Amino acid sequence: MGEAVSQGINEEAAGAVPHPPVDPKPLLVVEHATKSFGAVRALNDVSIELLRGEAHALLGENGAGKSTLVKILAGVYQPDGGSIYLDGARVQLTSPAAARDAGVSVIYQEPTLFPDLTVAENIFMGRQPLKSGRRIDRSKMMKVANDAFTRLGVHIEASRVARGLSVADQQIVEIAKSISFNAQVIIMDEPTAALTEVEVERLFDVVKTLRSQGAAVMYVSHRLQEVFDICQRVTILRDGAFVKTSLTADTNIDEVIRSMVGRDVVAATSTGGDATGENVLEVERLTREGIFTDISFNVRAGEIVALAGLVGAGRTEVARGIFGIDRVDAGSVKVGGKKLKNASPISAMNAGVGFVPEDRRQQGLVMEMAIDRNVALASLRGLSRFGFVRKASERKLAYDWSTRLSLKYGRLSNTVTTLSGGNQQKVVLAKWLARRPRLLIIDEPTRGIDIGTKAEVHRLLTELVSQGVAVLMISSEMPEVLQISDRILVLCEGRLIDEFSREDANENAIMRAATGFARVTAS
Amino acid sequence: MSQNLDEVAPTLSVGAAGPKTPLILKLVRFREFAILFALIVVFAATSIKNTSFASSSSIQGLLSGPAVIILIAVGETLVIITRNVDLTVGSVLGLSAYLVGDLYVHYPHTPVIVALLFGTVVGAVCGVVTGVIVAYARVPSLAVTLGLLYIIRGVVAVIVNAVQINATSLPTGFINVGANNFIGIPIMMWVAIVVVAVVGYAMRNFRAAREMYAIGSNPEAAVLAGIRVQRRIFGAFVTSGALAGLAGALWLAEFATVGSTAGTGYELDAVAAAVVGGVAIFGGSGTVLGAALGALFLNTINQALVAAGVSSFWDEAVAGLLLVLAIAFDRYLIVRSERILRVEGRERGRH
Amino acid sequence: MADTNSIGMSEPLTDLEPRVGLVKLVRWESGLVIVLIACIICGALTFKYFFTPQTIFFSGLDIGEIAMMALPMTFIIITGEIDLSVASMLGLSASTLGYLFLHGWNIWPAMIVCLIVGALAGAFNGMLVTRFGLPSIAVTIGTLSLYRGIASIILGTNTAVGFPLSTLKLSLPIGKSEIAYDFAIFIVMSIAFGVVLHLTSFGRSLYAIGLQKETAYFSGIQVNRIKFRLYILSGVVCAFAGILYTYQEASANNSTGIGLELNVVAIALLGGVSIFGGRGTIIGVVLAACIMAVLTTWLTDIDVSGEVQSIIVGGLLLLSVLVPNAKDGFGRIRAVLRRRSAVSP
Repeated sequence: MGEAVSQGINEEAAGAVPHPPVDPKPLLVVEHATKSFGAVRALNDVSIELLRGEAHALLGENGAGKSTLVKILAGVYQPDGGSIYLDGARVQLTSPAAARDAGVSVIYQEPTLFPDLTVAENIFMGRQPLKSGRRIDRSKMMKVANDAFTRLGVHIEASRVARGLSVADQQIVEIAKSISFNAQVIIMDEPTAALTEVEVERLFDVVKTLRSQGAAVMYVSHRLQEVFDICQRVTILRDGAFVKTSLTADTNIDEVIRSMVGRDVVAATSTGGDATGENVLEVERLTREGIFTDISFNVRAGEIVALAGLVGAGRTEVARGIFGIDRVDAGSVKVGGKKLKNASPISAMNAGVGFVPEDRRQQGLVMEMAIDRNVALASLRGLSRFGFVRKASERKLAYDWSTRLSLKYGRLSNTVTTLSGGNQQKVVLAKWLARRPRLLIIDEPTRGIDIGTKAEVHRLLTELVSQGVAVLMISSEMPEVLQISDRILVLCEGRLIDEFSREDANENAIMRAATGFARVTAS
Repeated sequence: MSQNLDEVAPTLSVGAAGPKTPLILKLVRFREFAILFALIVVFAATSIKNTSFASSSSIQGLLSGPAVIILIAVGETLVIITRNVDLTVGSVLGLSAYLVGDLYVHYPHTPVIVALLFGTVVGAVCGVVTGVIVAYARVPSLAVTLGLLYIIRGVVAVIVNAVQINATSLPTGFINVGANNFIGIPIMMWVAIVVVAVVGYAMRNFRAAREMYAIGSNPEAAVLAGIRVQRRIFGAFVTSGALAGLAGALWLAEFATVGSTAGTGYELDAVAAAVVGGVAIFGGSGTVLGAALGALFLNTINQALVAAGVSSFWDEAVAGLLLVLAIAFDRYLIVRSERILRVEGRERGRH
Repeated sequence: MADTNSIGMSEPLTDLEPRVGLVKLVRWESGLVIVLIACIICGALTFKYFFTPQTIFFSGLDIGEIAMMALPMTFIIITGEIDLSVASMLGLSASTLGYLFLHGWNIWPAMIVCLIVGALAGAFNGMLVTRFGLPSIAVTIGTLSLYRGIASIILGTNTAVGFPLSTLKLSLPIGKSEIAYDFAIFIVMSIAFGVVLHLTSFGRSLYAIGLQKETAYFSGIQVNRIKFRLYILSGVVCAFAGILYTYQEASANNSTGIGLELNVVAIALLGGVSIFGGRGTIIGVVLAACIMAVLTTWLTDIDVSGEVQSIIVGGLLLLSVLVPNAKDGFGRIRAVLRRRSAVSP
């Protein structure tokens, strides 16, 4: 099996970045890993192996056990049973430091750098090169750091302070850190979630470089298209158990989805909303200096309008401007025909607008607060009489909406930290739907959510518009955009480039618009 | 506190500026120069109004006055850098001053160096206790050092009446440390200068010190990076205590008497000096040189007001206003530099 | 942060962390009640005049103003900020009262001016923290000096005496005993504060702000406006406390109330308010104030000096932060030992 795979990798690589012939002997082997947390078995007899020079995807829904496996490899958790072999030798990854020393490195979704320190110091913290008298050798540190960047083929100044680096650059710094540790296994957890297309390409190149140097890259992602673009093999987990490992060449996205979910996922059907309703949202020449310019569009009752574009195009900023979180410099926003005057969330909310933000942990939820309180958070005034909160009404509101959204929870008084990502998103949705908004702005509705809940959210949105609500959706996932939107507006660098209706939307045209090229109208 | 990369003050250590850094960022980085500049301006302005301000005795007063606060501010800086605060330093100073005096009462022939060392050790022991509780029991430092402040202050107040300490109890050698000069600069100031130089150099060039910055900059990342957080925080508190202890010994040398209120309020002065000197209150950046200059600056302002004929009642108000202005200025710099960096980042992302 | 699996249950980080915050809090208040009862018992046992009207009167007198200031302080700490200028605002109010009185003002308008001065001082704090976004711990250290300084400037070296004490009733008879008026005012205020914090949507929003400011803002809670108002409230309450304090001391000078800010914070922390924000109850603060009152009375009665009392207060404060963390601390030590022994070659 190993030989066939390594042959496959060699063939695939031919013509691409040249690298030494892949060693058929696996670099990392995990055998019969088991891990339980109390009564819950997170991993049940999972085995996986990584070969040198391959990019290997780890797939599975939320709760399938991916993050548990990653944390075991990172040394954060210790498995209850099973063993790990690196390069043929058994290893005990008892702590993050031990894992790093063994050569396993994890690049997390949110890179954790030290903002006040230089990039070079971030890479070498704790292991700075020393000169006489155990003093730090700064010039050597800079040189080695800059060399690492050159080797990766990127341009980052090692002497600059880490604060202000884009997420993509931060990831590169983390990768450079891994290289400086001579990491042989590099695990990337949802690396492209916040990257522009250009940056994703750069990351892919970096991955290829890493592979050519003999490292194994484990790629954990929900973005199946990317997985098929960059990885040679995929391993699928479901409910804590190993399902299968295949060559990407031998399978396709639908098959993989089926293995992940264990059933065929029914995609959302067309919206069926009455898209000839009146204008709920009218945005006119909205401008914010340096961020977006002259944005004008409408959203009617009963339709889903998507704001598409590359990360950094300004879509979230436009939404924040509409909702009043950020000030705008020019232009107006009308909801239901009435102009929104003071830029603040509360005036938007009073006009009937709801906003499900991009970052649910920091902006959508109060993590340490109970589920029912989170659901009630935007409705406090309605639930209070003379300022006093009616607790019974609060409970009922939370209960009703949790049931309606099929929320999976233990008790309503548990904190939202006890919920999975998909369920957390449902709480945020419940919070806003409880206000019965006439316009729902939703930013990245299904980011970091498993396939099953994703479908539920899409169904929910289409149900909403069929009841006459207007939905403005920001999404970077093309399939999602194409599936459920009635109209697609494409932004590029802060400008509205093009608009597509459901019929003439296709991925290529949208992508072209996102890079700045509107369709040429036939004369 | 979850770390948002955009939140804390930019590093002020020299050499962290890249090749294409705009002027405003450079200003941020060279806070020490800014304070020095402000210091010179204040000195010059006051001397114009009152020429005796520039006399040698006045300058000596300017230089010896803040020596004690400089020492405490240096220790406090280390603690603040790790995103903690040490409110015990004032009480530790009082305790150390008393115990050193007590030492002399019982052993009048103690060499000066030993006395200073003894004071330092007294402070270090207090630092150990504080450090163990904050670092290893992982209790928030504001609450812990507040409680310890009460305890130590109480202890000092109790024991201070046991033995009377005044100038006759102390040998002239010791008192000279507080009164004399060495090539024109007061000895106490020399001690402060040496401490600032040594600690400042260490903070830039040794791993343990850089790890302190890391801890304050992003505590979660520090743990992930395998930094021994507890050990470093412990070290910061021990250092802070030791320096407060040394400051206590010097304080005794300067004033030659100890009352139950010795050192009261110094902890807030130390924090103010550090913040004015550019040490970010949430940790991760700032230098001991900056804190020392901040202490010098605040002290000079006080003296300048007196020399310029302003009644001493204005001292506190001015000091408070200055601190508020320093904090506001820092915030302004952060906001502007972030805007610049963000625009830069956007430009680069497009290519 | 807890990880999750598909069933939606949490993986405990340590099995020591109680799942529901309410349980943790109730445990804290219960602990305080026990300590309070213990203090009262000690007091009654060692001092036969413990339950006399005079004792109860004076115990409340000492702590009344500090406890009052701890109420808005609690709100402010819950939202994740702090106000270290409280004692200086008290002193500023006392100085203003003294100054106006010395210049022949009638006492009632003078008191109104003091309250306004307090509101302005609080508003300045609030503006620095909300409008300019400055860190409250640093900036209120600055205003601590600033307001103390202004108090000095206003009153200079003068000491104002001779206030018309009769205009304010000094005690409130409750059954056979008499409770000091300022403590009684504190109790009434704490009921109001408690109701607001625990039963109103305003109070709910304070917790949300302290736990996750951004989400609170995104949910329509006007974070800055609320914080600003809290600082004004603190200013007014401190000014009011300053008036009462002046009456109690029957004099005002420029060092009135120096150093009290730490006492105020101590009461809040002792009462279970987390310095990190998002947690705390008024009941806890009231219990803590009562404990302080009873404790200091008892200690004074058995001739323990003020200095030693200070040691005991400090010790209590330390214990109050150590005890909840001790369980976690032991758990951590145990976990580390377990891991060390599990690594076998």
